[in-house]
Amino acid sequence: MKQPIYLDNNATTPLDPRVLEAMLPYFTEKFGNAASRNHAFGWVAEEGVDYAREQVAKLIGCTEKEIIFTSGATEADNLGIKGVFEMYKEKGNHIITAVTEHKAVLDTCKHLEKNGARVTYLGVKEDGLVDLAELEAAMTPETILVSIMYGNNEIGVIQPVKEIAAIAHKFGALFMTDATQAVGKIPVDVIADGIDLMAFTAHKMYGPKGVGALYVRRKNPRVKVTSQMDGGGHERGMRSGTLNVPGIVGLGKACELCRLEMASESIRLSGLRDKLESTLSQMEESYVNGNTQHRLPHVANISFKYVEGEGLMMAMSDLAVSSGSACTSASLEPSYVLKSLGLSDDLAHSSIRYGLGRFTTEEEIDQAIAVTQKAVNHLRELSPLWEMFKEGIDLSKIEWAEH
Amino acid sequence: MAYSEKVIDHYNNPRNVGTLNKDSKFVGTGLVGAPECGDVMRLQIEVGADNVITDAKFKTFGCGSAIASSSLATEWLKGKTIDEALTIDNMDIVEELALPPVKIHCSVLAEDAIKSAINDYRVKNGLEAIVLEKSHH
Repeated sequence: MKQPIYLDNNATTPLDPRVLEAMLPYFTEKFGNAASRNHAFGWVAEEGVDYAREQVAKLIGCTEKEIIFTSGATEADNLGIKGVFEMYKEKGNHIITAVTEHKAVLDTCKHLEKNGARVTYLGVKEDGLVDLAELEAAMTPETILVSIMYGNNEIGVIQPVKEIAAIAHKFGALFMTDATQAVGKIPVDVIADGIDLMAFTAHKMYGPKGVGALYVRRKNPRVKVTSQMDGGGHERGMRSGTLNVPGIVGLGKACELCRLEMASESIRLSGLRDKLESTLSQMEESYVNGNTQHRLPHVANISFKYVEGEGLMMAMSDLAVSSGSACTSASLEPSYVLKSLGLSDDLAHSSIRYGLGRFTTEEEIDQAIAVTQKAVNHLRELSPLWEMFKEGIDLSKIEWAEH
Repeated sequence: MAYSEKVIDHYNNPRNVGTLNKDSKFVGTGLVGAPECGDVMRLQIEVGADNVITDAKFKTFGCGSAIASSSLATEWLKGKTIDEALTIDNMDIVEELALPPVKIHCSVLAEDAIKSAINDYRVKNGLEAIVLEKSHH
């Protein structure tokens, strides 16, 4: 078995060899600029892009003309949110999002606040879901956009997007979703879900890094966004810049593979995830974070009380996972997503995210379970908090020396 | 984050993990940090004749650098007199373990734990607590 075992597929996925194969000719013999309309090199590149656009559209249930290629989900989030704000600000300046969003959405909203936007950041319930009544209460005639993510990157919780979209539309606002973790993993249908704009990226679904897309609805209603980049008017004027043809071809192929294999893959992955999660949560004082019903099939987020996440990751150097602890950063602040579920700081510091993927094997999961159990037990032997807990001392009653 | 070999060594083979009898008057205990900050360090010293530290033990909840800092601190404490122990500076720990800037906090915690353990011992034995200088934060 290859070491370390890669269980950080929410950060990025490896490229599927079939995707690479589709991309390769577009680096060398099919290198043309897709915007070169007057010779065969350009036509060949354009054909590749057109085909990819179809593959992408088919995965999410839209038409080719509704796909705007970008450099990734961050750019798509920026283009969607800033583009809508600039296009519709005469109508209103209010945007609603949630505190558990990715920074690509939160920081974009913060930026717009400096430019006259009023932003409501909805809290979430302790299972990570937004409260629909709270959303409805926050809507105003000035609300132009509701932007709520599809599936959360840290805890995998899937938001009730259909219901959220219906509320947004009832008040005449657009609904955008950052579906970076969801597209390709679970069925996402922009028509059935009532999505007006949607950001996603190739490298979370076994495609290349540096290419993503924004879905922009063309009918009922026709959505417009102000471009954020000036130039040659590529992508129907919404995103100028020479197209990343090999990347786009890769995104297309990745989407096709996901469409064909998603159903069986999600059954396999949720089975492995459940095995990992049920075994590890049997350990004393360990807790699964987030709603366990409405969530992505490949993510498990578990807190192991009385051990610190980053120290734990170090003890599990054979596993590539991610921690909700931010002990590596200057701020030492634990994950804002976990904290928004109402987790105490020490539990948030003690969490590990396991992100499974297409290439994860059962053998690797068995190994991950064994490595985690050993590491948690080892670190608890080293932990003064564990010792105090075992002695029955109430840790909340201790006056800790703040640093 | 890439750790130095010394951090990894202390982390994989922590020295002097354990618990001394905190009720003994020969034992000083320092408990610093807070669970919500992501690190809690408990350092204990046992003091023998001529104020020499005969044993030191630690338990730490925290990242690799925090565990390594406290493990190193117990090694340095053993055999030193209390007065000598008070001269251990957090920047010595930073240097020995080659801690990156964001981990200086862990060394500060170790220095504070040493001083806190010494004060606990002093107070237990009818001596005045030492007013601690502010360490390098």
